[in-house]
Amino acid sequence: MMPRLWPMIRKEFIQMRRDRLTLGIMFGIPVIQLLMFGFAIQTDVRHIPTVVLDQSRTPDSRAIVQQLENTGNFRIAQYVDDRPALDRAIARGDAQAGVVIPNDYARALGHGTGASIQVIVDASDPLSSQSALAAAAGVAQMRNIEILAAAAGRATLPLDIRVRPRYNPGLRNPNYIVPGLVGVILTMTMVLITAMAIVRERERGTLEQLIVTPITKTELMIGKITPYVGVGLFQMTAVLALGRFVFGVPLTGSVWLLYGTSLLFIVASLALGLFISTLVHTQQQAMQMSFFLMLPSILLSGFMFPRPAMPVFFQWIGLLLPITHFLKVLRGILLKGVGVTDLWQELTVLAAFAVVLIALAVRRFHKTLD
Amino acid sequence: MTDCAVETRDLTRRFGTLTAVQHLNLAIDRGEVFGLLGPNGSGKTTTIRMLCGLLDPSEGSAIVAGVDVRKTPEQVKTRIGYMSQRFGLYEDLTVGENLDFYGGIYGLRGSAQRTRSDEVVGFLGLGQRLDQLAGQLSGGWKQRLALGCALLHRPPVLFLDEPTAGVDPAARRSFWRTIHDLATTGTTVLVTTHYMDEAERCDRLAMLSLGHLIALGTPDEVARQVGGKTLEDAFIILQERDES
Repeated sequence: MMPRLWPMIRKEFIQMRRDRLTLGIMFGIPVIQLLMFGFAIQTDVRHIPTVVLDQSRTPDSRAIVQQLENTGNFRIAQYVDDRPALDRAIARGDAQAGVVIPNDYARALGHGTGASIQVIVDASDPLSSQSALAAAAGVAQMRNIEILAAAAGRATLPLDIRVRPRYNPGLRNPNYIVPGLVGVILTMTMVLITAMAIVRERERGTLEQLIVTPITKTELMIGKITPYVGVGLFQMTAVLALGRFVFGVPLTGSVWLLYGTSLLFIVASLALGLFISTLVHTQQQAMQMSFFLMLPSILLSGFMFPRPAMPVFFQWIGLLLPITHFLKVLRGILLKGVGVTDLWQELTVLAAFAVVLIALAVRRFHKTLD
Repeated sequence: MTDCAVETRDLTRRFGTLTAVQHLNLAIDRGEVFGLLGPNGSGKTTTIRMLCGLLDPSEGSAIVAGVDVRKTPEQVKTRIGYMSQRFGLYEDLTVGENLDFYGGIYGLRGSAQRTRSDEVVGFLGLGQRLDQLAGQLSGGWKQRLALGCALLHRPPVLFLDEPTAGVDPAARRSFWRTIHDLATTGTTVLVTTHYMDEAERCDRLAMLSLGHLIALGTPDEVARQVGGKTLEDAFIILQERDES
């Protein structure tokens, strides 16, 4: 069966090995991307520079400022003496939040007549303002409870809701980002590499010589992608190993299942690239089409932005990308330790992507010059 | 089954409104070195590409090495060797690796492949260059390597599309000696060229002009048919007629 497959694979492998630059990029990308995403990108915003206007200047007012700072969300950058100074600091961007404590704060608190504090946030960056708002509200609630409990003379609360974050108890960001990164890196490199594969031969004039031989279209296609399966598995291993040892991302599920799933996804991505390769006429077009595919893979796959928050239409578009299914499986295996019985649907979809895309590529490719 | 190595009947190829080859009828005998001669755009390359199964004919039929090209283009590909105008081998592979690859693609295996590969390497004198990258070879050596890759599976018919473009005169001469050696062992060679000295070396010629066959026969016969004393006269008469 397919007697010309092995020579084809060997040739692709030698060419891959000889192209040092591409090889370096393929092996370097995972490491660089992981460190970049893992260290630089944090969605839980902390230490927002804050400016304080304390008109009360009492132990009570200092206590509430201290409490805000203790949440870790605010970092007191500066104290000012009047409101215009505070507004200026926020407008200039020296501070992203401001706290105003009126001069009757301590008195109102003492009389129980409803003391108030104003927290101003710079909402032009929604992500940081949201966590500032949540933290301020939390502090206010804590303080209220303390005051009410003291007034009522009891130490425990009548109702206590306990939320238990499962599968990622520390609500750690890397646990969410690292699996997603495996998917994004694989999509990026696998699709791009194979998208160039056939047009490159066409542009260099080597395809003409190749298609006057008895090689079959299937041998050509499968031979083209096989060496890169190894590259993909290496990339996946590198990202997950770094994720584990540098960022402490767990692997709770089966290693075999992890590799099996990744294999399916890698083949599906390579097949997608191959299909692109049969649609375009130049390497430049291949590159453009691959990048066109990258954006939805990052935005709609659930890599960074939760899919349930998206309008249904975009959720559907996301389902047309292999990465969306892969991320679901990957997070399931890594964080939840889920087995085949719960993931077979996604696995079937990934296998279908691989088979259909290879078939489409073979169908679209013609062993003639026109 | 005919005794011809290549036989075409009303072979025609159109690209949109342009007819590149029109009702071409050729019969090439086994072991013949047959030249396709004509100015650029006369349809030489299109003819060769149709005979190799690289282009589908618009009309007509062609039998190559006993196989109907229109009906079973893939079967033809096992029985022919082809050298394109542009160097079509992998410049990032060595000479040896290119030979190994094409040997494997043509279905040679193990010791049979080694023996045949050594034979071809010896025949073409490639022995000293096996470890050199194909991209670093000079024009003449590239052409020898391309011929080598096209010969590995002992094809009965060989198609050479302007094989000596960009090759120095000494290398051209030795290349033609090689082609005649091949022909004496029974290989049929169909070669396109617009060098007159090369055309003179063919057993028979077909002269094409704007897709039509306008003369056919030995070099002398062709020159007379077109109305020139020599082949070169004939060629120039033709080219001027095409351009007017």
